[in-house]
Amino acid sequence: MANVISDETIEYVGILAKLELTDAEKEEAKKDMGRMLDYIDMLNELDTSGVEPMSHVFAMNNVFREDVVTNGDEREKILKNAPEQKDGSFKVPKTVE
Amino acid sequence: MTKQYETVIGLEVHVELATKTKIFCGCSTEFGGAPNTHTCPVCTGMPGSLPVLNKQVVEYALAVGLATNCGINQYCKFDRKNYFYPDNPQNYQISQLYLPICHDGWVEIETAAGPKRIGIHEIHMEEDAGKLIHDEWDDCSLVDYNRSGVPLIEIVSEPDMRSADEVIAYLEKLRLIIQYLGASDCKLQEGSMRADVNLSVREVGAAQLGTRTEMKNLNSFKAIARAIEGERKRQIELLEEGRRVIQETRRWDDNKESSHAMRSKEDAQDYRYFPDPDLTPVVISDEWLQAVRDRQPELRTEKLARYQQEYQLPLYDAEILTGSKHLADIFEATVALCGRPKEVSNWLMVEAMRLLKEKEQDPEDLTFSPENLAALIGMVEKNMINRTVAKTVFEEIFAHDVDPQAYVAEKGLGMVSDEGELRRTIETVIADNPQSVEDFRNGKEKAMGFLVGQTMRAMKGKADPAKVNQIVRELLTK
Amino acid sequence: MNSLLEMTAVQLGGKIKSREVGVVEAAKAALAQIQAVEPAVCAYVTVDEAGALRQAEAVQKKIDAGELTGPLAGVPAAVKDNMCTEGLLTTCSSKILYNFVPTYTAEAVLNLQKAGAVILGKTNMDEFAMGSTTETSAFGVTRNPWNLEHVPGGSSGGSCAAVSANECFYALGSDTGGSIRQPSSFCGVTGIKPTYGTVSRYGLIAYGSSLDQIGPIAKDVSDCAAVLETIASYDRKDSTSIPRKDCDFTSALVDDVKGMRIGIPRDYLGEGLDGEVKAAILQAAKVLEEKGAVVEKFDLSLVEYAIPAYYVIASAEASSNLSRFDGVKYGFRAKEYEGLHNMYKRSRSEGFGPEVKRRIMLGSFVLSSGYYDAYYLKALRTKALIKKAFDKAFEKYDVILGPASPSTAPGLGESLGDPLKMYLGDIYTISVNLAGLPGMTVPCGTDSKGLPIGLQLIGDCFQEKNIIRAGYAFEQSRKYESPKIARDAQAAAGYGGAQGGPADGIRNRIAETAGKEA
Repeated sequence: MANVISDETIEYVGILAKLELTDAEKEEAKKDMGRMLDYIDMLNELDTSGVEPMSHVFAMNNVFREDVVTNGDEREKILKNAPEQKDGSFKVPKTVE
Repeated sequence: MTKQYETVIGLEVHVELATKTKIFCGCSTEFGGAPNTHTCPVCTGMPGSLPVLNKQVVEYALAVGLATNCGINQYCKFDRKNYFYPDNPQNYQISQLYLPICHDGWVEIETAAGPKRIGIHEIHMEEDAGKLIHDEWDDCSLVDYNRSGVPLIEIVSEPDMRSADEVIAYLEKLRLIIQYLGASDCKLQEGSMRADVNLSVREVGAAQLGTRTEMKNLNSFKAIARAIEGERKRQIELLEEGRRVIQETRRWDDNKESSHAMRSKEDAQDYRYFPDPDLTPVVISDEWLQAVRDRQPELRTEKLARYQQEYQLPLYDAEILTGSKHLADIFEATVALCGRPKEVSNWLMVEAMRLLKEKEQDPEDLTFSPENLAALIGMVEKNMINRTVAKTVFEEIFAHDVDPQAYVAEKGLGMVSDEGELRRTIETVIADNPQSVEDFRNGKEKAMGFLVGQTMRAMKGKADPAKVNQIVRELLTK
Repeated sequence: MNSLLEMTAVQLGGKIKSREVGVVEAAKAALAQIQAVEPAVCAYVTVDEAGALRQAEAVQKKIDAGELTGPLAGVPAAVKDNMCTEGLLTTCSSKILYNFVPTYTAEAVLNLQKAGAVILGKTNMDEFAMGSTTETSAFGVTRNPWNLEHVPGGSSGGSCAAVSANECFYALGSDTGGSIRQPSSFCGVTGIKPTYGTVSRYGLIAYGSSLDQIGPIAKDVSDCAAVLETIASYDRKDSTSIPRKDCDFTSALVDDVKGMRIGIPRDYLGEGLDGEVKAAILQAAKVLEEKGAVVEKFDLSLVEYAIPAYYVIASAEASSNLSRFDGVKYGFRAKEYEGLHNMYKRSRSEGFGPEVKRRIMLGSFVLSSGYYDAYYLKALRTKALIKKAFDKAFEKYDVILGPASPSTAPGLGESLGDPLKMYLGDIYTISVNLAGLPGMTVPCGTDSKGLPIGLQLIGDCFQEKNIIRAGYAFEQSRKYESPKIARDAQAAAGYGGAQGGPADGIRNRIAETAGKEA
């Protein structure tokens, strides 16, 4: 395997992705990601110099809304699925700064 | 301290735009409102919802960019900035990294050493986050998404400032420009203008910049000045002790006048920006750009010149009046109603500014209508009230925007025009003050002033002083 | 009555219009079939019996009042469980959304409802549409109605199995890398992935936003054309929606391919392609040639690069799209945690399955500092080259013809052990998404095990009509067949009407699955 994924990398990606993996899952993830990256490295065979990265297939642009209020008070709906709520707000563990 | 240090400061200024709706949905941007009452699936990150860009946001961003001498990226895009925090419902913020709408501008500020240009690195459009309220009782936090998705522009300066004074001059300059454009009200206290300070120190003469820190949570010009001084000292102390400054984000606590690092091991500071696939690029044609240019309102420099020419105001007056777009608007509207620009200017510069200072308010907080000020000026001109009374009435206009005619009538403050009543009062005053009469007759001109004053007092200030003078002299010299 | 469920959607719509079949009668027949075959097939996550009957009555009234006159009015349908339906559980077959009841309905589903569709329920899928087998669902594995020991394909496996087993007359699926076309092929039904931007994505829970498209799955090309015509719309709520004036897809239902230029990429017939599949595809090409099409082989190029480019782009977008599932606003929140970040981590780690985690990890990595250019931008450049290769091909051909999958449906449990191998199965479908093209699968035979084989027809952007015409012409050469399980259930039930379900009239697999876990 050309791409060897370190423990640190898996730890770091876990922080970015907010995923907590068990040791067994970490080993599995290291292997999977290494294999996938080896496979993805196939793209390096392609000469893409001078090719613009294509985010959108079609050259659509300037899709706008007018600045007009269209929404009313939807609080009840918005909170309907909240795992926990209080005083019309979503309740979360204390955020410390 | 033997070494001489220089402070190098750059600012990231966030400005909430004055649109009616949020940047990507049709929810109101109005302030206040119970938590989560200005929300919809888009600005709360409901599964399956999609953003659509508010055109007015682009218009405002362009207006600010042009007014700050920026280049415009006529092909610009939105990117996602990925990080987890509950005030950010999608756990990514839609912003611009790779192709921001404006770049490489500048504004000029006045410094003790003369005018100085502060470079603007870029201006980009982005969405604001929601608000977290800390619930001490329940030891939890509550999330309100009313502000989530309110449009912002972030103005990133070059590290061109060297002192707190320059920073404040730069912020005031930006604030004026943006207020003049009508793009935002730029209130620091309410958070519609927010500044993060990037600061580093280096030895005078050093070619390289020192390591910088970013200071957040600065809610007033005073807090900014204190934070700059505090951080400057902290960094110099570190260097003097032979330690290093760590590049980090710090939070300023203005009550404690100190800052602390906002680091956390869960905070990787790796935002994984990539173009938002849910939004299309914004292409700004030459025609569109020209149309924005043509619509640009008169900015401060132009207004300053016009006030001196058109209204014949001294530079000093013009500077104060144009120092706030709101104040200038009141001035112009009042002059349009009653003419007499210098008189209007005096009321605003002297009385209005005095009252603002007493109440620790800004010109933006003025709430009275030009109609009432114009009416007051008219009443003084027509001798319906004297100046002393007028000042009292103005205080009422300032505080409650009262109609001066109605107020004067209600309180009976109008000038007494009945000469018989005036004569009778003066005769009583003369009879009650024989000493003063004798002094006057002995050549003490001053004694007459006393008698006039006593008369005004007896008339509760409602007499025309010129008239009182005339009658007192007449009766004394009879 | 037996023949009712065998009808196509358009046929049933005709009978409803002519008052030969009542809307409630049709809904009851479908619900009865669901009851009969669901224990074996497991195509639905949620069946809304009471709601379906309520809708049926309302639609019948509107038909009677002359308010609904379209070809699909009153026809029972199913919707993949990644499209929001107001008031009806929408899970993406993920534990993290096990209790999510949307407060609004996806635009495509609204369009169906306006046309008088009766929504029976929500179909099973690979979790968040990530997978090719419908085995990654948190709520049970869907089985292939043609052989219950085989997978139905994925990720729209539930929708395809439901259509195949006559548990609905048509269904909506979504296709990010082949998720409509591959399971359609495995289940012997017809499915279209339209040109990107044709059907609004508003209300579709995103996987790879730049690749996702909703499309129809049905018994034949006519049904698919009619459904696509109904769901296609320019939606101002979706910035990537494209205004089109040529959405009269049923006008292309013409049995005439004379002079149509059809290209078969040699790259699609090489190593890795099952012999029986290859023979069936070439036989199908021959049918079209005999009908007057000009068929030739050509080199498309870059085919093998589509998969790595796709997995970079789709995983990157998914890592960001799925970050909103955090236990704050909706869905699953872990029971035990210490503080905010631990709540995030626990909720997401317990809420997402292994395949979803794998792709989120990969996507987070390829976007992370230092790798963005090497992986993400490289993949976007590759995408541009692939699009160019298709542009060149469509200068010469009206339609590109090939297989939908290298093989017929694999056995249950054969694919998940080796993710990379599973990804390689998407080789013929994935590039179509990267290039935004329309693609369709039409059944074209069975292999020696009796498993269906699908023919894939690919058109240039906005040229759905070409593939619809080719598919329709080909379809005239063979008869649609239902799998035995569907026919047996129909025969056994006799269809007096649906038996009563639970009191609330909504059945779903969530509790069942949770029970198993406990």
